[in-house]
Amino acid sequence: METLKAEKKDTKKKTAIRITGAEAIIHCLLAEGVDLIYGYPGGAIMPVYDELYKFQDRLTHILTRHEQGATHAAQGYARVSGRVGVAMATSGPGATNLVTGIADAQIDSTPMVCITGQVARHLLGSDAFQETDIVGISTPVTKWNYQITRADEIPEIMAKAFYIARSGRPGPVLVDITKNAQFDELDFVYEKCTGVRSYKPAPKPDMGAIEKAAELINNAKKPYIVFGQGVILGEAEEELKALVEKAGIPAAWTILGLSAMDTDHPLNMGMVGMHGNYGPNVLTNECDVLLAIGMRFDDRVTGNLETYAKQAKVIHFEIDPAEVNKNVKVDVAVLGNAKQTLELLLPLVNKNEHKEWVAEFEKKRQIEYDTVIDKDIYPTKPGLTMGEVIEQINVASGHKAVIVSDVGQHQMIACRYAKFKQTKSNITSGGLGTMGFALPAAIGAKMGAMEREVVAIIGDGGYQMTIQELGVIFQHNLPVKIVVLNNDHLGMVRQWQELFFERRYASTVMTNPDFVKIAEGYHIKARRVVERSDLKEAVEEMMASKDPYFLEVRVEKEDNVFPMVPTGASISDILLK
Amino acid sequence: MEKEWFTISVYSENHVGLLNRISGIFLKRHINIESLNVSKSEIEGVSKFTIVIFSTEDWAIKIVNQIEKQVEVIKAYYHTDEETIYQESALFKIASALLFDERQIQNIIKEHHSQIVTVSREFFVLAKTGRRHEIDEMHEALEPYGIMQFVRTGRIAVSKAAMPITNLLAEFQNQ
Repeated sequence: METLKAEKKDTKKKTAIRITGAEAIIHCLLAEGVDLIYGYPGGAIMPVYDELYKFQDRLTHILTRHEQGATHAAQGYARVSGRVGVAMATSGPGATNLVTGIADAQIDSTPMVCITGQVARHLLGSDAFQETDIVGISTPVTKWNYQITRADEIPEIMAKAFYIARSGRPGPVLVDITKNAQFDELDFVYEKCTGVRSYKPAPKPDMGAIEKAAELINNAKKPYIVFGQGVILGEAEEELKALVEKAGIPAAWTILGLSAMDTDHPLNMGMVGMHGNYGPNVLTNECDVLLAIGMRFDDRVTGNLETYAKQAKVIHFEIDPAEVNKNVKVDVAVLGNAKQTLELLLPLVNKNEHKEWVAEFEKKRQIEYDTVIDKDIYPTKPGLTMGEVIEQINVASGHKAVIVSDVGQHQMIACRYAKFKQTKSNITSGGLGTMGFALPAAIGAKMGAMEREVVAIIGDGGYQMTIQELGVIFQHNLPVKIVVLNNDHLGMVRQWQELFFERRYASTVMTNPDFVKIAEGYHIKARRVVERSDLKEAVEEMMASKDPYFLEVRVEKEDNVFPMVPTGASISDILLK
Repeated sequence: MEKEWFTISVYSENHVGLLNRISGIFLKRHINIESLNVSKSEIEGVSKFTIVIFSTEDWAIKIVNQIEKQVEVIKAYYHTDEETIYQESALFKIASALLFDERQIQNIIKEHHSQIVTVSREFFVLAKTGRRHEIDEMHEALEPYGIMQFVRTGRIAVSKAAMPITNLLAEFQNQ
């Protein structure tokens, strides 16, 4: 017979207090160290908002102008700070408006707890006003979710929610709370969750696998590292750098791995993937040992799997066993938290340099510089490029800013050219590709790192998807710097139409409003740049501003992002133009 | 890779909504669930899902990994038909008059080793437990005489090899 408890708990005795479910939720948040949440009130969550009013000295609630903004803000906050982001909404449309952000957090492994109000228990299933089955709707896009229908469930479920969201491979958790559970009283005691019986956050490192990995690395002539966000989430940046330097291995990053390693490090070779750098893509198919660290072989990274790194022995350092052999068959799987596994690997790795191999990357870098990069960031022909704007921001920020990008051409350009010295500095919607992510995410990023400069880089399309969040920036005078790279098009889709749909620009041309006036409507200092000669000074003015600042840069309307791996092509066939 | 029958066994906490989460994993990959059974397991408080799919081993592995990733899942396994002992059950509702009018019906009951569950003036009910093809054969034999109602359960299966859930639970507890 099993007599084991389903949940392991901290056994210290605490005395209970008699409070309502709504107040209990606040105490749970405080006990988890939460001092900031994003959300939007409504009928079914009103008891909790009433308590938020009473606790406003200890818990700040930021009213976003749309619930989607609350999730992206919570994501931005989580990504810069490494803490759990919290978003709150009412039932029905409030809850469904969270779904895009939840899906984004799920695919990009962002720790987030979403709390939604729900109609009272006796109304469940009756199609009551603002009733929606958010637990059913959010199941495929949450790491875990739960509907609380009794006040006394609140402390245990909230503790579990935070534990699950931040442990192992992080992810979003949704807790739906019926209105009766918010009104009813309970004897409140909070115990932090330290384990859930059926849940294994991170596999224990296996020395056998680590020894095999070390042997492959030590015998490799052309070893190559591709790292992802697992390095940032696992806080393994130092260990990664130590491995790269000790074994002399060139390293490249996936879009979410960006900023885990100084972009100017001599062995940091750039980005892999569809619009990544030339060398890192082509040489993936020439290395003899590929170390994939905290990345998941997304299709945008691998291109055609049939031709991806077939010549290489692949070592996968991964916390989530379900990712191993999912897309790419690996020779050695090193399961576990990247910090732990790399720490164990380091002493087994021989000191080495691979000069000729590293020189291959340098050669390819030069080719890409001459054909693409130079023209992108130091253009001489008329018409501003996105690349030169990013380069000006690099110069003005000294590579120290947090860069939050939206989705599309400007995102690829920002990630290709932005320079970083510090980790957790590149915030973008990688897996889901959510247009409208950047403006609210920049709000969260700023509030998660008030001491840092936060620059949002957004296209004219994505900007208009969540433009209402300017209201938050204005209301709280958040010194976020907003740069809209305006080409009057949905640029990335237009690029594909140009290349693969014979220039039939179906619904990608936009007649835009006066963005400067809109920003000014929110009392945000705003400026428009149309000439190259004004760019440097405008970027400097923006970066020097102590207040929020909006900068619109009118860029070339029909520029394309290169290099490019067309869908379904091999990464070896990356196009330089 | 060749497609074959796999029985997926999932040990989990008894949690509302887990069925939805697990079935979503199949749905997302367009893998049809051929049969599904949820019951208690040999361990108190632990549920067992028995899911049958017709797929490649590669997909069976990926599915099992995705299932195991769910917070409330303790452990998931996949087995081929050779690696399991499995059965299904079926009920046949048949008009009572046939018992007297059609002598062959009595032979069918005997030949297929089925049991009479109940007999009333209007109908009688036969139960049959066995492999799917055995139930299919009985269905075929009875069909010409008219079946008023037919229903079959999902597969239930035990593996020949051990599924050491109790040990796993103890390990979790000691972590």
